[in-house]
Amino acid sequence: MTDTLSSPLPDTAAARRKRVPGQPSERVLARRRRIWTYLAMSALALFFIFPLVFLFVSSLKPSGQIMSDSGSGRAFLPVGDISLDNYVDVFDRVPVGQFLLNSAFVTVGIVLFGLLVNSLAGFALSRLEWKGRGLVLTLIIATLIVPFETIAVPMVYWVSKLPNLFFENGILVYDFGWLNTYKVQIIPFIANAFSIFLFTQYFSTIPKSLDEAARVDGAGWFTIYRRVIVPLSGPAFATVAILTFLPAWNQYLWPLMVVQREQLRPVMVGMQYFFQLSPAWGEVMAYAAMITIPVLLVFLSFQRAFISSIAASGVKG
Amino acid sequence: MRTHRSRTARAVVITGLTAGLALSGCARAGETTTEASDGAPTEILMWTHSAGNDGELTVYDQIIEDFNASQDQYTVVTEAFPQSSYNDSIVAAAASGDLPCLISMDGPIMPNWAWAGYIQPLDLPTSLTDSLLPTAVGTYQDEIYSVGYWDAAIAIFARQSVLDANGIRIPTVDQPWTKDEFDAALTTLKQAGYETPLDIGAEDTGEWWSYAYLPFLASFGGDEINRETYLSADGYLNGPDAVAAFTWFQDVFKNGWSSAGGTIGNQEFIDGDAALAYTGVWNAKAALEAVGDDLLILPPPDFGHGAKTGGGSWTFGITSQCQAADGAREYLEFSFQDEYIAAFSDNQVVIPATDGAAAMSEYFGADGSLEAFVEISKAFAMMRPETPAYPVISSQFEKAAKEIMNGADVQSTLNVATQEIDTNIESNDGYGF
Repeated sequence: MTDTLSSPLPDTAAARRKRVPGQPSERVLARRRRIWTYLAMSALALFFIFPLVFLFVSSLKPSGQIMSDSGSGRAFLPVGDISLDNYVDVFDRVPVGQFLLNSAFVTVGIVLFGLLVNSLAGFALSRLEWKGRGLVLTLIIATLIVPFETIAVPMVYWVSKLPNLFFENGILVYDFGWLNTYKVQIIPFIANAFSIFLFTQYFSTIPKSLDEAARVDGAGWFTIYRRVIVPLSGPAFATVAILTFLPAWNQYLWPLMVVQREQLRPVMVGMQYFFQLSPAWGEVMAYAAMITIPVLLVFLSFQRAFISSIAASGVKG
Repeated sequence: MRTHRSRTARAVVITGLTAGLALSGCARAGETTTEASDGAPTEILMWTHSAGNDGELTVYDQIIEDFNASQDQYTVVTEAFPQSSYNDSIVAAAASGDLPCLISMDGPIMPNWAWAGYIQPLDLPTSLTDSLLPTAVGTYQDEIYSVGYWDAAIAIFARQSVLDANGIRIPTVDQPWTKDEFDAALTTLKQAGYETPLDIGAEDTGEWWSYAYLPFLASFGGDEINRETYLSADGYLNGPDAVAAFTWFQDVFKNGWSSAGGTIGNQEFIDGDAALAYTGVWNAKAALEAVGDDLLILPPPDFGHGAKTGGGSWTFGITSQCQAADGAREYLEFSFQDEYIAAFSDNQVVIPATDGAAAMSEYFGADGSLEAFVEISKAFAMMRPETPAYPVISSQFEKAAKEIMNGADVQSTLNVATQEIDTNIESNDGYGF
């Protein structure tokens, strides 16, 4: 009490340090605040992690037990008849490896080609001066309001009539129809209106004086794109990559309609293999766990870049 | 600038010429292989709804292997699709002209696909079609479009010990429970401590609703449509019998005899939380394993116009785009052998479509533990309306029944459903009726 009253410190600092008898110090208060913050954050983290915990724990239980446990806290605990049987059964029912490879191939194709094509489109719309680019950008954005489901069947008809060129017995031949191919799962999703919009917006924030300086040095437009714009647009590329990756990995309706051969199906179509008249819930959980792991790994690997890109671009998925 | 433009124009012209020359100089695929394919067996592609269902796929593989070995004119190959999204795959393939020769189809969708021109009349020998359960034969406008190896049926699962302990009569096919008896049994079981004594399956969605609860409606004397004209539901789905049926249905939930909660399947009955389960033959094996000899398979109640159960399961047909319809027909005839039908039946626990197969079946033979299902199916199975309008009827039925379950006014809800169905039929010019 004495030392607080006789403090030689300036007024503000003294006031900060001033301690009323019976009240905790500021350090204690800060610690308490931190504890409450951590408790709240932990509760929130638990809330978000519960579905994943339920998924992985249930994947170890028989279907009957999953149902019986679902009404209690046991649903989140690895108790009862625990085994890896569901995982073994998944491999018996579904060609998981093939489906994972297909999804990985299709997803990587969509993401890589999508980054290139959409960023080039964004570059053309934001950096090049040409007549009607405002109208073109408006039209591209307007396509965002058309739900994919409404154009899915016409698109199936359309892709079934597209030509293929290939060699057969040493002769260049052609036929029609892209059904049952990887390309029908990749090409229609490369050009993406949202990605183009995002690149256009992001590129617009980069000063045009950089282009002019590069032009003075003799750079062409593609060199400016490659040497100036791309290196300055890391957050935009990261955001587009992740926002393209998730829907590509989760594709269901489109492959269902255009891919009839099992060897070409992606993972999400495989999920339906378990829904017979009596769903095999244990296997559903095991399969879901298996196809979620790659997504989790991708996210964890790029977590830092993803968060910084979201913060930089202000885009939420 | 001019140099840029002329360079671009030159590039476009060169690319166009190259592409044109390449296309004009190349042959259409297949033109080069015609000779090689001469004499080779014609390939017949068959699509099924059974991806992930090993029990069923094993039998298809066996039939196909045997058929391909039995002759050298045709080779059948198969592709299996996930059941829950199978219809979408068929519709997409029909739109792109890419349907295979043989397809499986759920019984009630068959008339719609026949009307849409996806499938053609089967023209199979009557000796074959007559040997099948009537509900395994898909008929539209007096023509047979599809045939099935099995049928499914719904019954009431119970434990004998529970019924005996509560003094409840065990019903038979000859004498099912009456409405009063059924209501009294549910009241007794409720008083005995079961929170919801009947698992009626209301937590399920989609086609289950029409398949499972149309038999209640029909047993009360109503229907989903006038089956003589197939042009209107008026007076059938919203008549006095239908109102009585749906009022009872509403009371089931109001009285706490059943609930819309719980899990899809038969777990509540297996766990002993529900005394009775109104469920399908596909859940019988698990129930048998859990309950053993105490399990009773009982006929549905008779609400006044005879007991009814749902009929019409998966069947096979030949598409209109099939270029080898004779081969597809030959395959179908070959496949309807009792040993294959019995294998389908036992592997999936579904009711065999022929008496010969039933006799060979482990579960559905004379001494089989699930033979009651054969009796129930033969005595009470009813088809859902065989009309292309059925998808609309089914969705309107489900919507109305769910609203009524949740407390909506019965008459006005049924009137709305009837109006929706009639409008749809009218806007499709009666679907050919």
